[in-house]
Amino acid sequence: MRSRTRTAVAAAGMALALLASGCGADDGDGGAGSKKVEVFTWWADGGEKAGLDGLVAQFKTDCAQYEFVNGAVAGGAGSNAKQVLASRLQQSDPPDTFQAHAGAELSDYIKAGQIEDLSAQYKEWGLDSAFPKGLVDSLTVDGKIYSVPANIHRANVLWGNKSVLSKAGITAPATTLPEFFTQLDTLKAKGVATPLALGKDWTQQMLFEAVLISKLGPEKFSGLWTGQTDWAGADITDAINDYKKLLSYSNKDRDTFDWTDAEKLVMEGKAAYQLMGDWEAADLDAKGFKDYNYSVFPGNGDAYQWLADSFVLPKNAKNPEGTKCWLKTLGSAAGQKAFNTKKGSIPARTDANATDYPAYQQAAIADWAKGKPVPSCPHGSACSQGWQGAVASAQGKFSSDGDVAALQSALVAAAKQYAGK
Amino acid sequence: MTTTTAPPTPPRTRPRPSPGARRARIRRWLPGLLLLSPSLIVLAVFVYGLIGWTAKLSLSDEHDALGNKGFVGLSNFVALFTEDINGRFTHSLKNLLIFTVVFMVGALLMGVLWAFLLERGVRGEGFFRAVYLFPMAVSFVASGVVWRWLMNSGTGDQAGGLNRIFHDLHLGFLENPWWTDPDWGMAAMALPAIWQLAGYVMALFLSGFRGIPAELREAAAMDGASTYQLYRHVIFPQLTPTALSAMIILGHMSMKMFDLIMSVSGAQWITEVPAVYVWQTLLTSDYAKAAAISIILLLLIALVIVPYLIYNNRVERRS
Repeated sequence: MRSRTRTAVAAAGMALALLASGCGADDGDGGAGSKKVEVFTWWADGGEKAGLDGLVAQFKTDCAQYEFVNGAVAGGAGSNAKQVLASRLQQSDPPDTFQAHAGAELSDYIKAGQIEDLSAQYKEWGLDSAFPKGLVDSLTVDGKIYSVPANIHRANVLWGNKSVLSKAGITAPATTLPEFFTQLDTLKAKGVATPLALGKDWTQQMLFEAVLISKLGPEKFSGLWTGQTDWAGADITDAINDYKKLLSYSNKDRDTFDWTDAEKLVMEGKAAYQLMGDWEAADLDAKGFKDYNYSVFPGNGDAYQWLADSFVLPKNAKNPEGTKCWLKTLGSAAGQKAFNTKKGSIPARTDANATDYPAYQQAAIADWAKGKPVPSCPHGSACSQGWQGAVASAQGKFSSDGDVAALQSALVAAAKQYAGK
Repeated sequence: MTTTTAPPTPPRTRPRPSPGARRARIRRWLPGLLLLSPSLIVLAVFVYGLIGWTAKLSLSDEHDALGNKGFVGLSNFVALFTEDINGRFTHSLKNLLIFTVVFMVGALLMGVLWAFLLERGVRGEGFFRAVYLFPMAVSFVASGVVWRWLMNSGTGDQAGGLNRIFHDLHLGFLENPWWTDPDWGMAAMALPAIWQLAGYVMALFLSGFRGIPAELREAAAMDGASTYQLYRHVIFPQLTPTALSAMIILGHMSMKMFDLIMSVSGAQWITEVPAVYVWQTLLTSDYAKAAAISIILLLLIALVIVPYLIYNNRVERRS
């Protein structure tokens, strides 16, 4: 009998211990007033990691009193990181600063009151005059600025394999869509199986947006994301039809391809062209492929479809002063140079010295200074994440069934559901 | 599954039990309950509590990081069927249906066939058993990566994987788009799953065959039954419980399928199933919608599991 009671007590004790261990997992990280600045990114390898390392080196000299803590979460082009971040923000345990695409993608965080206004710091550090006005305007929400861009990438660039093109007698890049179609026909006639290499959903989204810019012009295109341009318009139908025609020149197995697989088709000479952001320059260089040329997508003129990685100051950050030092370094000329020469993007500042950069970036810096900035949805500068997901899904469906009316009504529905939210 | 055994309450009819008797009765069930309580509490919080939390979320309008603004009833569920852009949710259900049917039929047919062949007494049975069972030890992610390459949809000179083999063997007519086919892609997606689980079904049936006493076969032989009659009327009827278990196991695995699809195709329209859709929706911080899809998925699985549990309970009570 005694032993029974003892068992019972032991069991109860075990139950309590189990419960206690379930509740008490959240202590540990050092106390307040720490010198650590945890920087949360998805830059875990390749050119991105190199860029981050460059920036960290600069941070160590500029902010010697603070210690950099790498909070990178690898994988999935940021999709894993965003999950981790979302749960940390919900638990009010934010990192000291985190990476996010500049522009509309930040709107969720802003509305949730999870990040701080940095307008005062912009004035203090002179960033409002260092960045071009168009960019500052897109970063401003209700008169406040919430993020510091580290770099600028361009999305609407057409990459070509020089020898494939010259074999088909193409010497100059097309400047209009009709001219581009003629070139693609020529390439096809000369036996190039895939004149235009393409990958899955978001790369298709990029190609479609490039066609939209050509058809609508930069102002009307930007208006698509602010509600000023109607997605149901006949010009959109037109653009979808042109885009559908472009798909007919692309590889049929595009839905199985990532952008690097499409890039490989160009490198191997199986494809002539690929539309991709200008991170492709750094990637081609890294892979030792030199036989490429680049031009703005035909008909885009001086529209510079930008996207930017930026950093923010979360509410309840453990070390806000350290975060500010990080952001100041990030926005400074030296910081932007340290980061961008390695990552293959260009600085958001207009006072950069172009000669510090490789050939492609020199051209991009010149274009950025005089171009018209337009945003991009798949890269977060034009639309929220929900909108982005809805469009990617619709684009994936279109790739398999080519139903023009269905794509347009899906785009209209997505705009209705997400615009201005 | 877990069946919670409620502590036997003292029958009320008996008038006032003496304190000593009551203490004895408590001593009978209390230690058991205390021993069970950790797992009961953990289950209550982390399984049923979280299911309840998800159900509550699915009835709210927490569609972004802003958090919950209020109770909206069943409108999230209705919207999934009526307002989802391009009928995305019904499309994912259709995909799931094709996948489930092809996967279950395929795995059952292959499994039964292998079990039947081995049961007939093939030489090297142990070897074949191991060979067929082995794919089950591979994770869906690992096999998905390999099958992604095998089921490369390029054809002709760009072919890779299986299409390449067909191409090189001049069997070009066999080359096909595999999972990228908009209508039947999900049937191709079921191939890796069949490959992995058919061996498991075989093992289930093999033990089912072995569980049938030899006397029954002898008796049938004595009565002059042909081999066909033996299997048709004696052996197969006894395998019904095995077949049922196999179907339940395959069925609920199929409905939750996520990792295989993610590693073969990634998340995209053509191959989207509800589990992948939940993940995609979570990525865009639409918590209420993700919860609604999860609840529907849970109900679908319950449709399969609950009748099985009831059936099982009844069988156990009878024996």
